[in-house]
Amino acid sequence: MNYLFYISSVVAIVATIMVITRYHPVHALLYLVVSFLAVSMIFLSLGAPFVAILEIILYAGAIIVLFIFVVMMLNIGSEAAAQEKQWIKTQTWAGPTILTAILLAELLVLMIRGDSTTITDQSVPIKQISFSLYKEYIIAVELVGFLLMAGIVGAAHIGRHKKRYLHRFLREKEERESVKL
Amino acid sequence: MQHIWIVLGVLFVLLNIAAGLIWLERRMLAMWQDRLGPNRAGPLGILIVLADTLKLFFKEDWIPPFADKWVFITAPAIVVASVLMSFVIIPFSPSIIVSDLNVGILFFLAMSSLGVYSIVLGGWASNNKYSLLGALRGASQMIAYEVFMGLSLMGIVMLTGSFKLSDIVNAQKDVWFVFKQPVALVIFFIAGVAETHRLPFDIPEAESELIAGFHSEYSGMKFGMFFIGEYLGVTLISAMTATMFFGGWLGPAFLPPWAWFFIKTFAFILFFILLRASLPRPRYDQLMETGWKVLLPLVLLNLMVTGAIALWIRG
Repeated sequence: MNYLFYISSVVAIVATIMVITRYHPVHALLYLVVSFLAVSMIFLSLGAPFVAILEIILYAGAIIVLFIFVVMMLNIGSEAAAQEKQWIKTQTWAGPTILTAILLAELLVLMIRGDSTTITDQSVPIKQISFSLYKEYIIAVELVGFLLMAGIVGAAHIGRHKKRYLHRFLREKEERESVKL
Repeated sequence: MQHIWIVLGVLFVLLNIAAGLIWLERRMLAMWQDRLGPNRAGPLGILIVLADTLKLFFKEDWIPPFADKWVFITAPAIVVASVLMSFVIIPFSPSIIVSDLNVGILFFLAMSSLGVYSIVLGGWASNNKYSLLGALRGASQMIAYEVFMGLSLMGIVMLTGSFKLSDIVNAQKDVWFVFKQPVALVIFFIAGVAETHRLPFDIPEAESELIAGFHSEYSGMKFGMFFIGEYLGVTLISAMTATMFFGGWLGPAFLPPWAWFFIKTFAFILFFILLRASLPRPRYDQLMETGWKVLLPLVLLNLMVTGAIALWIRG
């Protein structure tokens, strides 16, 4: 089990680095899918099959498809890649890199000391997850439901606005009908 | 060792079924439209499969210079791989199953949701406006119908209390789920047709408006992969319908379990072909509207009623 964990972790890290360094957004998103699949493998190797499958269904199967959907409609091509290349200068990435390097050093110190909590290798059945979701964390689940509802209502409101510019034929038809009235 | 044989056997049978469906579909369409269909090569024209495959192999495998090369090549592989992965969880008989996962149904849903990428990426990488339109339609259609497909199966999960497919088959020993969950069957099948983008819901490839849509730039064996992927998808949805609603390998003892499974699966494959022969294609907005305005409320209602009755029976 340990080997599976390490291999999929390496894949996840490499894929994530590729996400950051790709200039073309669709290629970056494809690497993001690979990274999600690798993370789902990590969950699977830690004995959480339900979370692993949900990771694939929700993130890889739905959310990233929508991302690609939007990028496709924007028709971002080589100009965007050129622009992206211009934007990446040393001063833009140096600050965040130094800060994350400090965090990484801390993490390494913790791992070497070895007093961090170890992961117990046990399988979590789906029933147990549902019980904890709908018993202990019921308020959180309901609140998330509220949030999603607000999002859907907002999207429906934005999508509802009327077309102002009608096609020539439709405009003529409308004029004819208004004359009749 | 036995495990490897099962994997190889399943793969062999599936690929042959998918290829054979080319012939079956043409013959059945011809029968329903009162003509002969392919009848020259071999007995009853069955060697048309060989002729078609050879033709696809010898066609020029052209990658358009304006296409995104690597994405263009990957796209057709994704559909075949994701559909073949879904067959991992299907119990062909009590002993012939590649892996009886605890999260079986969810695995099936996950793999079918990954299948969307082949359409989206194929259409996008072709760099052609008709392909792009096909990809956009395909993405929205498949994401929407995935939701109904997943929800329609949850009623069965409630009744069995398990996501494992062998448990679901065994729970149908007395009554098939088609009698307990008729609404779910109809919704699952409609969603299945939309997921495999078969006629009448072949809106992403609509020949008459989009000139084959997402795969108009594909030729040779890359087109063949989309083709095989579609037939594998038909087989998958038929096999899932047989397993979930019609008792899978269960049946009277005079035939072995796998024979029952194949008879049921082929019945649904024939139904898929009959749908193609008889129904006109709906408009794109009509398909999406019926999905969200009719099927979603129906499937939620079905879930609610199923849950209520299950609770009431258990006391």
